[in-house]
Formats: sequence, structure tokens, C-alpha cells
Amino acid sequence: MTEVERVSGEAGDFTVELVRTPRYIVEEKCTGCTTCVEYCPVNYPDPFNQELSPNKAVHIYYSQAIPLVAYIDESCLYLKEKKCRICEGVCKNNAIDFHQAPEKMAIKVGAVILAPGFEPFDPKLRGDYGYGRMPNVVTSMDFERLLCATGPYEGEILRPSDRRHPHKIAWIQCVGSRRVTPGDNSYCSAVCCTYTQKQVILAKDHDAAAECTVFHNDIRSYGKDFERFCERAEKLPGVRFIRSYVSVVKELPETNNVVIRYATPADGVKEEAFDLVVLSVGLTPPADAKRLAATFGIETNAHGFCKVDPFAPMATSRPGVFVSGAFQGPIDIPESVFAASGAGAHCGALLDYRRGKLTRERTYPPETEVAAEEPRIGVFVCHCGANIGRIVDVPATVDYVRGLPNVVYAQEQLFSCASNCAKEITDLAKEKGLNRVVVAACSPRTLEPLFRDTLREAGLNQYYFDMANIREHCSWVHSKEKEEATRKAKDIVRMSVARAGRLEPLQEFDLPVDKAALVVGGGVAGMTCALSIARQGHEVHLVEKDAELGGIARRLHYTLDGMDVQAYVRELVKTIYRHPLVHVYTHAAITEATGYVGNFVTKVRSERGPAEIKHGAAVIAIGAELYQPGEYGYGQDERVMTLLELEERIAAAEGRVVNAERIVMIQCVGCRNAERNYCSRICCSAAIKNALKLKELNPAVEIYILYRDMMSYGFSEDHYREAADKEVRFIRYEPQDPPQVEPLKEGGRAVLRVTANDPILGRGLVIDADVLALAAAVVPSEQTKEIAGLFKVSLSPDGFFKEAHVKLRPVEFAADGVYLCGLAHYPKHIPETIKQAYGAAGRVLTLLSHDTVVASGAVCEVDEKRCMACGECIAACTYGAIEFRETRQGKKAAVNPVLCKGDGLCNAKCPTGAIVLKHFTDEELLCQIDAAVEA
Amino acid sequence: MCAGRVDLAFVLRAFQNGMDGVFIGGCRLNECNYVTHGNFHALNMALLCRRIMEHVELNPERLRIEFMSAADGILFTEAVNDFGKKMKALGPLGEGEGLERGELAARLKRVAKLVPYLKLTQREKLASRLSREEEYRELFAREEVERVLREVVTYYIDPEKCQACMICARKCPVEAIDGGKNRIHVVDQEKCIKCGTCFEACPERFAAVCKISGQPAPPPIPEERRTLARKTKGAEKSPSAA
Repeated sequence: MTEVERVSGEAGDFTVELVRTPRYIVEEKCTGCTTCVEYCPVNYPDPFNQELSPNKAVHIYYSQAIPLVAYIDESCLYLKEKKCRICEGVCKNNAIDFHQAPEKMAIKVGAVILAPGFEPFDPKLRGDYGYGRMPNVVTSMDFERLLCATGPYEGEILRPSDRRHPHKIAWIQCVGSRRVTPGDNSYCSAVCCTYTQKQVILAKDHDAAAECTVFHNDIRSYGKDFERFCERAEKLPGVRFIRSYVSVVKELPETNNVVIRYATPADGVKEEAFDLVVLSVGLTPPADAKRLAATFGIETNAHGFCKVDPFAPMATSRPGVFVSGAFQGPIDIPESVFAASGAGAHCGALLDYRRGKLTRERTYPPETEVAAEEPRIGVFVCHCGANIGRIVDVPATVDYVRGLPNVVYAQEQLFSCASNCAKEITDLAKEKGLNRVVVAACSPRTLEPLFRDTLREAGLNQYYFDMANIREHCSWVHSKEKEEATRKAKDIVRMSVARAGRLEPLQEFDLPVDKAALVVGGGVAGMTCALSIARQGHEVHLVEKDAELGGIARRLHYTLDGMDVQAYVRELVKTIYRHPLVHVYTHAAITEATGYVGNFVTKVRSERGPAEIKHGAAVIAIGAELYQPGEYGYGQDERVMTLLELEERIAAAEGRVVNAERIVMIQCVGCRNAERNYCSRICCSAAIKNALKLKELNPAVEIYILYRDMMSYGFSEDHYREAADKEVRFIRYEPQDPPQVEPLKEGGRAVLRVTANDPILGRGLVIDADVLALAAAVVPSEQTKEIAGLFKVSLSPDGFFKEAHVKLRPVEFAADGVYLCGLAHYPKHIPETIKQAYGAAGRVLTLLSHDTVVASGAVCEVDEKRCMACGECIAACTYGAIEFRETRQGKKAAVNPVLCKGDGLCNAKCPTGAIVLKHFTDEELLCQIDAAVEA
Repeated sequence: MCAGRVDLAFVLRAFQNGMDGVFIGGCRLNECNYVTHGNFHALNMALLCRRIMEHVELNPERLRIEFMSAADGILFTEAVNDFGKKMKALGPLGEGEGLERGELAARLKRVAKLVPYLKLTQREKLASRLSREEEYRELFAREEVERVLREVVTYYIDPEKCQACMICARKCPVEAIDGGKNRIHVVDQEKCIKCGTCFEACPERFAAVCKISGQPAPPPIPEERRTLARKTKGAEKSPSAA
């Protein structure tokens, strides 16, 4: 609700003038109970749900909005006509304020990150495929909302014309993308192939009998695990993927079904009716990109996205202004996330001298020792405005609770989470001598941290708190059965009280953080990451197995974006060696790695001799390798080479290559097959870039690229088109019918005869080539397994390193304090590698910029007396947190609390009950189970 | 805390408390937000538990496990409503199955006591992660579980062989071995969890701990006869001291 009006100043010292439009709600008072929403008489189409369902003038933007408070928009009757004001009357917290006015403010900042996202392509403007005219033609964004549980029909897929479940659904790919017609975008939107597959899978989840058809061009499943995902969608029963351009012919008048015309090589042109048609719309620049660019004084590219330097993909044309997310161009969520973290790293480097200057530490009163006391439990039952109170009889619940064992105090509260009520809990805990607190309100997921804080304010250990969820688990689901809801609320609180009585005080402990980082791998990823960490003031140990830094980039010369890779790598290496905080170890091998987050000790043998490095964080950037093809005569005929070798020979101006009459490139050699079920992501662009380079050097050369799906996603699509325009021939082959290569003499000339079947033309092609270049797969580095073992991190099915979470934690491992970037994670282009390397640096800094890390108190502990050393807990722990140690009574399991994540799998496996997950002990949980039955 | 934390003992306790049904909700399979995939452990446990329920002649439908994400509100509603309806149709625990209350309680108590033993003997299966549904159907075959429950082992200390060396008593994780120096050790079958630690610990030359399968242990020797009459070399040398 805030707009940027003006930006002045320079990097390190900007003044940003903002205008905040009024919310007409006092944020501090609103608890998000949504009673006002219920009473608001306005009903208009909700833009958040693609205008498929109605909304109110006062509402919460969407169910996960932050802050989770309401606002009033311009459809409000009072704002329009000075009528109504019902919401003011029903708000029990007096949070409505119609006197609010737009507020101007100026803020001083050192750096700016632009993350305005994207705008989905709007097919309504031209009525593409009948969108806007035919009700049952929807966009993928509309469909996304239909699928969502918080969507217009609460997750039921209903089609717009008659609110019925569509049975036959068609998706049309590349709507608005990959086209040069006016109003369309020439680039590939990069995410639609995979999101469509996701939608197909979800549609089948909703209705197993649904018939789903995807009309597509290339399927660009170039991301990590995308190939498997695509296969998963393709293999579902009733799912068809048809490679065809389509047109929407008509709408059938009786049913509103939509007729699509398409063509297949086998059947020719066909027409088929569908209940629902989903247009897979592409990504376009944010709606106000032009204004944004003007306000911030940055340049945009030809497509209207932010202009970025491929070597510095998060930097805009204005120093101090950075960019992340889809404003950089069409990218998926994982890339957006690490780019965001990378933009943060840029800001960190710029503003490091002021790091921590604005932070304030909170102080709490000292903790009172109450473990020896009898439990004195205080219970606070929340009305949540009307959310709970309207259904559950709160006063009766409070009365009931007063009679429970160990409960010394109970009362009701209007909103327990409101700051005055939280304060009340603190005060009463002190006044009544409470030593345990139960709040019966909503889900602990959101508010447990707040209430734990409340306990700390009262001088109580924060683990003396339990939350009874009588909203999501009770009042919201039993709105029509008030009496039973009240009974259930009593049950829930009784269980909570039973557990509270057994809670133990736990200590979260602060672990000191060693301020240095270790970066394993001295390629572009490792060097970029190391440099970013060093520029943010931390010592970095950069370990490289080869004699020289640079990695695989040393063999690259140019990119599609026109980067001079060699010059870039030379400069990067120079900068690394010049930076006083970076210590380089070449010819290095890691012999031992021990420790945990904040406190690793790694032994390295290198040209510098043996070294023991102490570091707080480790980054794995060991890169990848190229597959050595056994196919197509590679290794036997020197005219057969990999694309990388072709590039090196072009750069060396080797006669055989630059003077060749005819060159064939074969894509997907050694990947997208049963053995390596993934796409190597970079090879299609590599083929295009080498083809363009060869054409530039020798315009007469004939080039044939035999491919399966051209993965020229994003802006590379323009280069694909350029190559086609320059008469590079792109010929598709099917995986079950790969090209054949035979060296022979033709008219006295030694050639490589390549035969391939063009599935579109349906006939064989014979090409006599001088040079054959193979797009050899990118494969995990040989060291991968060893490094994974040393740092106790895991690998994906394809053998690359596995991140902690694809979207939420894309550059981190599940093991705390260990990060990853570059090809070690998955094949990627240099700009993507750079983004990810900065991303990893950003995450490293969130750890290293603190003096300590806090380890949770809810971790496992072993009662050695009970341990029989069966090792079941060790097998159950995926974090390597449990090990045997020798004691006088023999081997016993021991938990390293720093590595334990508290999942408790070991507890369920332990036959003797020796291992105990604190805060969720058998005793605590069993007494809760017992308390479920009323005594 | 992960769904895999749900202990077999928790589920059985709920039934012992007279709950008519137990519903376990976990995250979607293969969509673990961490790297643990503990929901598979929960599934394994539930499958085993259903076999145990069959063994005590409870309807295994009374335990249900479903996998869903936080966004699957509708799926959750459907699952819970359906489960509730099924439980109503089945009637109160035991009554629906025509089991006498005391008999059911005794049976549940007996199997609940076997939880540690089951965890030990079924350890691999409980921690496995299978990919196909058919494999899951076969994970805990009925006959196999029945056999395990039939052939439950019992550990018993042969009073003739016990040398009262305290090794097993010290190692017992649940302090189920009664005895002291020169007092013949006896396994308290009420406390014993059948882990076999004593069996492993008893020095080979004594081999006093016996493993019996499928039948109860002989009654413990009476208190008054537990004092050990040592026949060691030392004792022979100075018989007068005894």
C-alpha cells in the first residue's frame, strides 16, 4: 500500500520518498479476526482470485498475507458515498479508522533492491483463443486459483460457465510467448512447461478420471528434477501430450464446450471439444516497469525487463540499486529465491561498514527457577473476537478449566495475541505466581513464538508454555454444533493442561560462530561466492583441487549474451588473489571434515602443505564434469567432438572447424535417457552459440542441429530464432530413433554420414558432415560422493548435491552451516551460477554476521542407563546427529544437540525409551493421550 | 516433531483408553520438507499396528493414516468426516467386534507390553521406504506378524548356572533383573522388555541366560533359595569360610 515517489542520492546514501495510502485500519489494533469482513455489505469480484469469486470492501488481501490484518479498498460505501460504517460498529477492537489520510515519508537507505515480480500475459487484450469471449477458456493463473484451497471454490475445480467439474481439460502452451507477432513476446517464459505439468498432476489429483491434454511446442524441462516431473505427468492415465500448434475453432452453444483444431503426424488435422481450456500464459514485465525504471533511474532491456549485466545479474545500471526475481527476466521460484539472497549479498558488500548499527538487542528479566515447585498452571482462553467466542462458550470453558488439576488461575481474553493481552499474561504470571501457562486460542504455528516471548518477559522459561488450538481445530470446523464445540474445546484444553504440568524448562544454547568460511571449489561459483563473503568482511579459505583456479570456465570462450568468458575469469582470479581476506589453496584435497554449524574444522592438504582450517560455514562449489560419450564414434574419429571441444577449436581458429562445409550437432548425448534422467540445461544454448559463431566466421557453412526439445528458455529464444533465420537447420529426432553416424568416402571426400528421421516430414535425412559435435551431458563431479560423505550432506537421485528445500532453501543443505552453489547443484549457465554463488554468500553471511547461533532446546537426549546400543536411533537419524561413544558400560548412543532437528524418529524406534525428544517426551505425549478421555 | 514420531505405544494407549478410532495425519509422501521422509516410518508403524489389531480381533479400520499437505483442507475434511462416519458405524471399541471389555483390555495390555520387542524384531521394516503400493501391502504379512506374536521370546536365568556376577543386571536397560552379589539373578518378567541384552551379556562360560520361544518362563526360584552356593576354586580352598 506504499508507492515510491522519488529516489535521490547515490549508492550508500539514498533518500527515498514514499507515499503510503491509507488502510483505514489501525494495524496495531487489528487482530485479523475478519468479523468486519463478514458484515461488510459490498460484494465485488476479488482480483486476488482472478475475479472468479466475490470479495468485500474490507478484507484481508489473502489468507497468508503479512501483516495478517484487514484493509479497506476504494469499493467501500463510506469512502465512495459516506454511507454504511457497519465495520466500525462490529469491530470489537476499535481498529477501523476512516480518518486516515495518505502519508508521505522520506527514508534514508544505503541500497535498494527491486523485486516487483512480473505480470502474467493478458490474452484478453486480443481475445486470444477466445479468452474473454468464451467462459470456459481460462488462463493458467485463473486455473491456479481454481486449484487452490483458498481459491474461489475452496479448491474445487469448477468451470466458469456452469460451475460443473470439467472432465476434459486442454492446456495450450506458449500463449503470448515465443512469438514475434505484435502484442506477443519473442522470448520463452521459462516456467510454463513445468507449471502446466504441475497443474495436470493436481487436476488428476482432484479428479482421477479427468482427461488432460497438453498442446505444446518444445517441452522445456531443463530444471533440476524437471524431466522426472514431466514424465510423472505424462505417464498418468488419461493424460496426452500433443506436439501441435492449435487454434480455437468455436464454442458449442449447448454445452459451452470449446473446440480446438490441431494436427498430428499420424492423423493429420483434427477437431476436438474440451470442457475447459487453460491458456498457459507467459510472464511479462511488471505493469509499472516503465515508471519504476524512471523513478529509480535504471535501464530496461528490449523486452521491458530490468537490464542486467550477465556477469553481475543482480546489479542494475545504477550503482546501489539491485534487482531480484522475475524483473530480471522470466525465472522460476528457486532462481528467484537465490537471486534475492544474492541481491542481499550485494547490499551486504556495499553497506558492510554499517552492519548491525541499527539492531537493538532485547533483554529479558532473569529466569526464575521453578522446576522444583508444584505446577501452577494459568490458562487464558481467547475469544478471538467472534471467531471462537461465537461458537465455543468461552466463559463455560474457563469455569471448567478452573477445576482441572494444577490450574491455579484461568480467565478469558478478547484477543490473547493483542499486545495488551500479552502484557496481561505477563503481569498475571508474576502476580499469581504461575509457573506454566496455557493459551487456548489458535494454531501454535503462528503465535507460539509470541507467547513464548510473553513467558520470558515474566521471567519464566519459554518451554513452560503450551498452546491449545480451539480455533482451527474447533470453532472453525464446528460452527454448526455449538454445544459439541464447547465440549471439544474443554477436551483440548484439558489435554493441554495435562501436558503443561509435565513440561520441563529447556535451555536453548548459544554456540559461538567462527567468523571464517571455507569454499570448496575454485571455479566461477566458488570464486564469486568467496569474493562476496570476503567483501563483506569475512576471511575465506578457497580450496581448489587443480593447480589453477577457474574450473570448467577456463575452457569456455564466449556465451550467447556475448560475454568474454576468458577475460572475465582472468579478472576474477586476479581479484581473488589480490583480496587480503581470501586464502587460496591449490592442488588441494580435503582429508577430514569435522564439527558443526559455526564450528567446523577441516583438514586440507595442498601446495601450502597440510593445514587445519577452522571455519563457521562451508560452501560446496565443486562443479561438475562432462560425460565422455561412447556414442557416434567419439574417441575413435577425431572429427567427432563434444560441443565444448568444438568451442575450444573455434576459439583456436582450427582449420578443420572454421573451414568446414557442413557441421552436424547432436543434442542430448548421454542424458535424458534411462541412465541419466535429466536435461543438462546448457547444451542447447551451447549449440546455438557455436552455430552462430561458426556462421559469423564462415557464412557459407551448413549447420544442422539434431535435437529433441530445444531448451532455449528465457531470452535465449531470441538467439534460437536468430540461428534459424541464419539458416541453421534444426531437425528434431525422437529418443527411440536417434541419428546414425557412419564414416565413409563420398566422391573421394571423407565424410561422416549422419542419417536421421525427421518425425514431421516423416522421412530420412542424409547429411554428409565434416565435423560432428556432440552435446555431451553434464555429469556430477567425481568428488561428489566423497565430499558428501565428509560434510554429511545428501545427493539427489541424479547424483548432484541435494539442497535442503528446492524453493525455500535452494542454496543450503539440510545440515546447518553448509551451503552449495554452481554446477555441483545442477548444470546451469554462467549468469545463473553467479546468481547462485551470490545467493550462497548471502546465506553464509546471515550465519557469519552473528556471534552465536541458537540451538533449540527441543532436541534429543540419551539416558545412557537405558541405552542397549542397538543402533536403531542412529539408523533413523538422517542428520547424523547420533553416534556411538564408548563408556564404562560399553557403547552408548550420544546425541550431538547441535545437529539434532527434533523430528523424533529415533524415539519411535528406540525399544527401551532411552532416547528422549525433549519437549515431546513419551511421558508428555502419553499423558495428553490419557487426558483425551475425561477422568 | 514429525509424523514418524508417533509411537506404536501411543496408538495402543489410545485404544487402551477406550478410544474408538485413531487418525494419524502426515505430510504427503515423497514431499518431505526436510530430508527425513519420516512419514514413511509412520506408515510402516500404522501398517504393523493394524496387524496387531487384527491379532487382538479389533477392526483394523479403527486406525487410519492419511497423507496431505497444509493446503489440502478439503481432503482433510473428507477424510475425517469419512473416518468419523465409519467409526460410528463400527460402534464403540470392542463392542462392535463382540469382545468382552475385560478380555479386550487384557489383550491390549499384552500387546502393548510387546512394543519394545516388536520395535526390535521389526526394526528394518519399520524404517523402510518403499516405492510401490503393492510392496506396502506385503510389508507386514498377516501370517508373519502372527508368527512373531506367537513365538515371542522370553528370557529366563537358569538358577543352576547363574554365578550372580551382576553383569546382566548392570546392563539391563530397564532394571528388570533382580539380584545382587551372591544372590542368584532373576528376570522380573513384568518389567522385562525382551531386548536380549542379558542374553548377550552373560559370559559364555556361564551361559546362564536362556531364550525360550513361544512359551512362558518357568516360575522364578523362591527368594529363600537364591543365595548362591559358590563352587569356585577360592571356595574350595577355604571351605570353612562358607
